Amino acid sequence: MKNIFPFYLITFVAFFIMSCGGTSTPAASVDTSTKASSSALAIEKPQLTFGFIKLTDMAPLAIAKELGYFKDEGLFVTIEAQSNWKNVLDRVIDGQLDGSHMLAGQPIAAGAGFGRQAELITPFSMDLNGNGITVSNDVWAKMKPNVPKNGDGKPAHPIKADALKPVVESYKADGKAFKMGMVFPVSTHNYEIRYWLAAAGINPGMYTADNIQGQVDADVLLSVTPPPQMPATLEAGTIYGYCVGEPWNQQAVFKGIGVPVVTNYDIWKNNPEKVFVMRKDFAEKYPNTTIAITKALIRAAKWLDTPGNRPAAVGILSMSDYVGADSVVIANSMTGTFEFEKGDKRSMPDFNVFYRYNATYPFYSDGVWFLTQMRRWGQIPEAKPADWYSKKIKNIYRPDLWTSAAEALVKEGKIPSSDLPATDGYKPATTDFIDGKTFDGKDPIGYINSFKIGNKDIVQ
Amino acid sequence: MKEATIQIDQKETLINKLGTKTKKMVPSKAALGGSLKKMGISFLSMMIFLIVWFLGSSYLFNIEANVKIQKALQDQGEVAAAEMEACIKSGDKSCQPNTLPSPVQVWGAFQNLIVDHKAISAKKAEFAASTAATNAQRKAEGLSAITYTGRPSFIDQIITSLKTVFVGFLISLLIAVPLGIVMGLNENLRVAFNWLIQVFKPVSPVVWLLLVFMIVKTLTLNSDMNTSFIISSISVGLCAMWATLVNTSVGVSSVNKDYLNVAKVLKLGVWQKIFKVILPSAIPLIFTGMRITVSVAWMVLIAIELLAQSPGLGSFVWEEFQNGANDSNAKIIVAMFVIGIIGFLLDRIMFWIQQSVSFEKVMA
Repeated sequence: MKNIFPFYLITFVAFFIMSCGGTSTPAASVDTSTKASSSALAIEKPQLTFGFIKLTDMAPLAIAKELGYFKDEGLFVTIEAQSNWKNVLDRVIDGQLDGSHMLAGQPIAAGAGFGRQAELITPFSMDLNGNGITVSNDVWAKMKPNVPKNGDGKPAHPIKADALKPVVESYKADGKAFKMGMVFPVSTHNYEIRYWLAAAGINPGMYTADNIQGQVDADVLLSVTPPPQMPATLEAGTIYGYCVGEPWNQQAVFKGIGVPVVTNYDIWKNNPEKVFVMRKDFAEKYPNTTIAITKALIRAAKWLDTPGNRPAAVGILSMSDYVGADSVVIANSMTGTFEFEKGDKRSMPDFNVFYRYNATYPFYSDGVWFLTQMRRWGQIPEAKPADWYSKKIKNIYRPDLWTSAAEALVKEGKIPSSDLPATDGYKPATTDFIDGKTFDGKDPIGYINSFKIGNKDIVQ
Repeated sequence: MKEATIQIDQKETLINKLGTKTKKMVPSKAALGGSLKKMGISFLSMMIFLIVWFLGSSYLFNIEANVKIQKALQDQGEVAAAEMEACIKSGDKSCQPNTLPSPVQVWGAFQNLIVDHKAISAKKAEFAASTAATNAQRKAEGLSAITYTGRPSFIDQIITSLKTVFVGFLISLLIAVPLGIVMGLNENLRVAFNWLIQVFKPVSPVVWLLLVFMIVKTLTLNSDMNTSFIISSISVGLCAMWATLVNTSVGVSSVNKDYLNVAKVLKLGVWQKIFKVILPSAIPLIFTGMRITVSVAWMVLIAIELLAQSPGLGSFVWEEFQNGANDSNAKIIVAMFVIGIIGFLLDRIMFWIQQSVSFEKVMA
């Protein structure tokens, strides 16, 4: 063999050592002496990594970073886009992410027995509303004749699924399955589209202990698609509609491939949407860091809902570090309008709510709603007693952490003390639903039994 | 007399060698003409490719634009259709058809990526300056430094991909070459491993990734190592090693019997036999396997990075797809060309290495 081989061997090994050595992230060590610049909290873990999915409601994270709120608390935060909701859940549980933007149902399901189990907590609710249901152009053309018109000759909103029912039945008669998409089995989108369909008598499919596809006895087959892939699957005809957050509904309008028919604001006014989640042991190990993170996020949410700041927020979100979609697409929903059919822009000032109506406070009643829907559709296969609901949610939703953070901010003069709600964690009973039903967080069993479609529990 | 003829012979061979060497160093007119002709033809075909691409993308653009205008006409009337047409012509982002980008758009996107890289490098320098004091304090306390918290630029992602493919390739080599040699020497082992190789060779990179993820995740549970880098490089290595393994084993088992007899005659020990006789003879096949491994590794890297969330070219492409912005398609095509050019360069490097260690002329 020619004698240059040893030379190459050495070069290879040198490269190997170089590339291995340079890529491990520095060890995050517990450090009790680094002081934050404006607060008196001693931060245990200043270098943090948070995840998010490319949706406009990750805004509090982007704002807290870009406007320096994290830095003010002494935190150095990297915000990383994730590829799908399952990945987000796995990476938080496995410790690769210190916290993440998550669907409100994810930490709850992780504690309630559906999907991967882990002890997760939520000290901060990221936003209210923000989703829409979009259908393909074809389906809209068939739905439109069934929708009553308002005074202007335009479709009257909110559009109930009653307009969709004849279309679903005609597809069934032709032997075609009516498929729709949502983003994750325990997503708010899943529960909202199911609520909307069931209110018109369309069965969206049940989950059983053996079959967790969620398509048992279904009139409409719901399946999971990650948000960014939804417009593509709609265009390809794999699904006929989907329920997703922004900018994916407005993207469909821009690209001319679909028509949003209803928003979740219409389905349940001011419903909880995304939450910020971290592991329970993270909060126990790094209590000051947890409060600091919550403080920065509360400030960011307040900034977002201060009049006049939304256009700047749109500019930040359209950076490719964050949502990355064109400003023009994000602008609609973030600045108070929503485009349904092309050219039919309606005013929707509460499409995205980040701070008003106590949007950041993690109310127990919001969590209990998700638990009731999980039971209704069979993701929780057995009946549970009424106190199971309240006990479960107290472990997951942590308004105590929110309150500590908010009180610290009041002391620093950053928010007025009137911004703190006077509540026991449960919102009063409400009928703000598209079908007018009453929901009282303190009576989960009664609520589950009030529906025509879905599991029923024996009143205990 | 004999010595004289030997000396003359030696001189002749020396002159011949010099002659051939100088022949190699100074190309003849014919050779120069030949390579110019080749460059000319390549250039011409590249120009034709660009023209076909430009025409194709314009054609697709026009189809999509017309569909949009027709739709506006049908749903909203003449005025809206005229507005849509004007909007598309003006290049306003809000109404551009989503289709194959033209060469001009791709070039523009490439320049944007370079500008972005420079901006991020500046931000990194600024970050380092602003945290210098905090980091000095942390160092004094024995803690690790605060690292940059922003996103990686396109060039950073290319470098991460290259590092991953390099480490992955080394892992393939370290597993495949020794195993291949052992298999090649022993007929029974070859038969024993044959079914394993045939069954695992076609397994998709995604499945390898999930398998490796399950194992590595548990092993690195409480440490702070860069798990996505480790997972991606090991998956790339496992996916790509089969070509080298098979070729090494074939190369070793098909060493010319004459050479083995010489080894027997000279009574060479096992290690000497392997390194002096078998390996040099099997080099062409081993290197062919390695070149295939490098190209497979580079190809599967992109898919694996995407899923393992490693910040390389794969996740660049996926994020741009998710962004769905106006210039996302153009950026994805830029990434395609970069991936292709790097793959080509990697293959050329392997070819050059093979040439320098090989006794025979290497096939290009």
